[in-house]
Amino acid sequence: MKATTSSGRDWSVQPPYLHEPYKATVLRSPRNPLVPVMDGLSSLAGPVFGHGSVEPGDADLTRVSGSVAEAIGQRIHVAGRVLDEDGRGVANTLVEIWQANAAGRYFHNVDRHDAPLDPNFVGAGRCLTDANGAYRFTTIHPGAYPWRNHPNAWRPSHIHLSLFGRLFSSRLVTQMYFPGDPLLPLDPILGGVPEHARHLLISRFSSELTEEGIALGYEFDIVLRGRRETPMEQR
Amino acid sequence: MTQTPSQTVGPFFSVGLISPGGNVLVTPETSGERIRIEGTVFDGAGHRVNDAVVEVWQADARGQYRQDPHFSGFGRCGTDADGRFCFDTIKPGPADAPAGVRGAPHVNVIVFARGMLVHAFTRIYFSDDRLDDDSLLGTIAAARRGTLVATRTESATGAVYSWDVHLQGEHETVFFDA
Repeated sequence: MKATTSSGRDWSVQPPYLHEPYKATVLRSPRNPLVPVMDGLSSLAGPVFGHGSVEPGDADLTRVSGSVAEAIGQRIHVAGRVLDEDGRGVANTLVEIWQANAAGRYFHNVDRHDAPLDPNFVGAGRCLTDANGAYRFTTIHPGAYPWRNHPNAWRPSHIHLSLFGRLFSSRLVTQMYFPGDPLLPLDPILGGVPEHARHLLISRFSSELTEEGIALGYEFDIVLRGRRETPMEQR
Repeated sequence: MTQTPSQTVGPFFSVGLISPGGNVLVTPETSGERIRIEGTVFDGAGHRVNDAVVEVWQADARGQYRQDPHFSGFGRCGTDADGRFCFDTIKPGPADAPAGVRGAPHVNVIVFARGMLVHAFTRIYFSDDRLDDDSLLGTIAAARRGTLVATRTESATGAVYSWDVHLQGEHETVFFDA
């Protein structure tokens, strides 16, 4: 008999709850040790989203649905694969993204950054991975923006991603960064990730994904906690 | 392959994650007792957290996941200006755990927030159920067990379960290494 279990969170690459340079973690970090779960929570299958949850055009952020007008900014393709820890593609899983516009402003009433909104850019997209776990979005290069964490603090350009995978425990929310951004070494959010693992959040420029005359290409693979099949002990 | 590291949802998650009705799990065809689950997210200073996301994943009225075609079992709610969230759902049946252990009815919860670099796993149990025999609750120190139990009250529109999340502090919610 085989049991499906999850591999657990790899705390050698995951950030801790408390990372003092990112000030908001100070009062929002649980201080008690996490309680181990023995009753199968980590092997519980997660929610499944069908094709009905994604509309055609949802993966193209450069146009507001039903409009011909285009967002302002450097057009980019962001593509890659969603994989499990054994390197197998995770098929038909929902990928949700959101981001600032080219000027570094979010379409959100709490964002008070004095930079222009773009009426043709909402900054949200979604898609399902294909049978091989591949996904692709077309969007614009997000701008950097200031925040109040420390004096003269600026977030590097980034795209937020939300993923589910096969298990309830494979849920992941993360951020994708861009290669060569001078703000990366200064960012306390990326800096919460152990140094040896930070490169995993930085996309790669890709000539193959770059579309002639249309858009630059960036490749970003995402590895979710795996589904491991292990022999079950006989009791 | 190495897991991709987690990052915070940040303060602007509603652009991509929140859509109307995302916290309503029921349709008229869903089987089971209609309930509302509501609560507030607090930080370690007791301040309300107005930029958290609470996600729920639960079994149907018979205790099974993904079996009732009229019940997805998944819901998502961003906290409002007062740190509040709510879900319109059904009371789950006794848990259909993969290992074959039937626990007390519960709702699995993930909490995200600005200021949380990794999300937190927790659970909601129900105050009117028999909780003594639940294998998971039994492993938790009695003084902290109550942080996982929602309190039932009756309202004109049905049962309401109140359950708050304390990210830190004296009443810190029990979070799991799931």
